[in-house]
Amino acid sequence: MSNVTQALDAGAVAPSRISLRGVQQAIWTNGLLAAAAWAAAALVTVALPDVVPWGSSGLFAAITTAAAVAFAVLAFVVNRLPRLGAGAVHYGPWLIAIGVWLALWELTTAKFGWLPKPFFSPPHGLLNVYVTETLRLLTCIGYTLRLWSLGFASGIVVGYAVGVALGWSKRFSYWGMPILKLIGPVPATAWIPCTFFFFPTTFAASVFIVALASGIPVTILTSSGVASVNRSYYDVGRNLGAGDWYLVSRIAIPASLPHVFVGLFMGLYYSFAVLVVAEMLGAKYGLGWYIQFQTAYSGYANVYATLIIMALLCAGIVKLLFVARDRLLSWQKGFI
Amino acid sequence: MAAAGPAALQVVPRQRAQSVAVDIRGVSHAFDLAGTQLAVLESIDLSVAAGEFVALLGPSGCGKSTLLRLVSGLDRPSVGSITADGLPVEGPDPSRILVFQDPTLFPWAKVWNNVATGLDARGVLAQERSRVDAALELVGLTGFSGAYPHQLSGGMAQRAALARALVNDPALLLLDEPLGKLDSLTRLTLQAELVALWLKAQFTAILVTHDVEEALLLASRVIVLSERPAHIKAEFRVERPYPRHRDDPRLIALRRQVLATLGHEI
Repeated sequence: MSNVTQALDAGAVAPSRISLRGVQQAIWTNGLLAAAAWAAAALVTVALPDVVPWGSSGLFAAITTAAAVAFAVLAFVVNRLPRLGAGAVHYGPWLIAIGVWLALWELTTAKFGWLPKPFFSPPHGLLNVYVTETLRLLTCIGYTLRLWSLGFASGIVVGYAVGVALGWSKRFSYWGMPILKLIGPVPATAWIPCTFFFFPTTFAASVFIVALASGIPVTILTSSGVASVNRSYYDVGRNLGAGDWYLVSRIAIPASLPHVFVGLFMGLYYSFAVLVVAEMLGAKYGLGWYIQFQTAYSGYANVYATLIIMALLCAGIVKLLFVARDRLLSWQKGFI
Repeated sequence: MAAAGPAALQVVPRQRAQSVAVDIRGVSHAFDLAGTQLAVLESIDLSVAAGEFVALLGPSGCGKSTLLRLVSGLDRPSVGSITADGLPVEGPDPSRILVFQDPTLFPWAKVWNNVATGLDARGVLAQERSRVDAALELVGLTGFSGAYPHQLSGGMAQRAALARALVNDPALLLLDEPLGKLDSLTRLTLQAELVALWLKAQFTAILVTHDVEEALLLASRVIVLSERPAHIKAEFRVERPYPRHRDDPRLIALRRQVLATLGHEI
C-alpha cells in the first residue's frame, strides 16, 4: 500500500526537492524578480495612457500591485511556510514569465496600439469584461454547465453500456460494430438536421449532440477494452465457478477500466469542442452562445474573456477526471 | 484425516470429497489452426487414483498443458472421455482447479479479494470469509491481504494463486508448471511447500512440468509424454517417502532413467 501512496504523491516530490535548495538561500530570488515583473506591469498600466480607453485599468494595476507585494513578502518568508513556500518556489519561473508577459501585453496593445482594437485586447480589457458582464457570464456558465453535464453524463452512461455489450457479446458486436464504425467518424454536429426532427426542444437536441460527441469515444474504447481482456482471467473465473454475469461485472469491467478512462478523456475534449455548436441551436444563454453573439458584434475582448473561462472549466473537469482515475486505477501503478 | 488434516482449512467443515479419481480414456485432441488440424494429443489413457500426485513430463509444446485444460473442463476433448469419480467432466468446476504458470491474479483486486474470488463467484463469501484468511495463512501471506498483485514478488504471487485455488477446497489440483517462472531458490521453497500442502489436504494432484527433478521430488508417479502429438511413452513409480531429497541416490538413478527416456526425443 505504501508503494501506491508514494507513487500517488510522486507529483509532490519535485517541488519539495527544489525547496531544499531554497532553504540554503535566505531570500527567494525568483520571488523578487517576479515582484519586479508584476510591479512593472502595474506601472506600465497606470503610467502610460491607453490609445483607446478600455476601462478597468485602475483595477488591473491594483491587482498586479497586490501580487507584486505578495511575491516580495513571500521572497523573505518563503522558508517559513513549508507547503505554500514549496509551491511558490516551484512555480517561481512561471510567476516571473507571467509578469513579463502582462507588461509586454499591456505595451503592445493598449499603450502603443501595435495590436489594435477590436482584434486584440489588453489584459485590463479582459478584466473589464469580467467586471461589466459578471452576471451575464455567470448565467452563461450555469447554462453551459447544465447542458454539458446532462449531455456528457447521458453520453458516457449509454456509451459505456453499449461498449460493454459490444465487447462482450458476439451477436451484439456482429450487428453493432459495423454501425459504430460507420457512425463513429461522422462529426456529432452533422446530426443537427435530424435532431431537429427527433427532439421536442432545441435544448434536448443540444444535449443529444453533446452526448453523441462524448459517447462515441467511450463506446469504442470500452468495447475494445472489454474485448482485449486477458483470456486467462475468464478461464480463472469460469474454473472457480463464476457465471456470465460475474465474468462481465467482476472481470471484464474492471479489467477494461484503463481503456474506458482513455475514452472518457477523449469524450471530454470532444464534448467541449461541440458545446459552442450545440449552443447554436436556439439557445438563449451559454458560453458558446455568448461567444457567437459577441463575435457577430466584433466584441472580441468578450470572446477572449469567455474562451479563457471555457478553457479553465475544461481544465478543471479534466483535473477532476484525473483524480477519479488515480483513485480507481491505483492498482495499475505497477504497470505504468 | 482429522489429526493430519489441514488445521487452517478446517475452520469450515469440508463440503465435498477431499480427493477424486480421474480417468482419462482414449483422449485425442486437435486444434483448428486456420483450417488445418493440429493434433496435440493422441489416444491418451491414464488413470489417476484418488489422492495420488502424478507428474506429466514432456518436451515443451507437446500438449501437456492441453491435457490439463481438458481435465479441468475448460476445453472439451475432440475424441475420448474424461471422468472424475466416474462422472463425466463436462465443464469447469471449482472442485477441479487449474493453477497456471502465470499467477493470473486479477491486478485490480487486492490479494484478499483475489483469494476470495471462488467463494464470491459462487455467492458463499459472506458465510465463509474465514476460509480466505485461513488460505492466506496456509500459504504464508497473512500480512499481504491488502496488497495489490503488482506489489508481490513472483513467488508470493504464485502462493496467492495457490491460496485462491485451495480456498475452494479442491478435490483435484491441476498444476500447469506453476513454478516454471520462479527463480531457483523460490522454486525449491515452493516445491517443499507444495508437497506439504498436498500431504495435509490430501487432494489429487496432477503436475505438468518439464523439470525432471521437480517431477521426482513431488510426484508418486511420473508419466513421460512424447513430442507432439503427445502419447504416453513411459511411466515411473517414485516409491520414496516424503520429504524427499534431491541427492537421494535412488532418485538420482531414477532421474538418469527418465532423462534417457526423454533423451531419445530431444
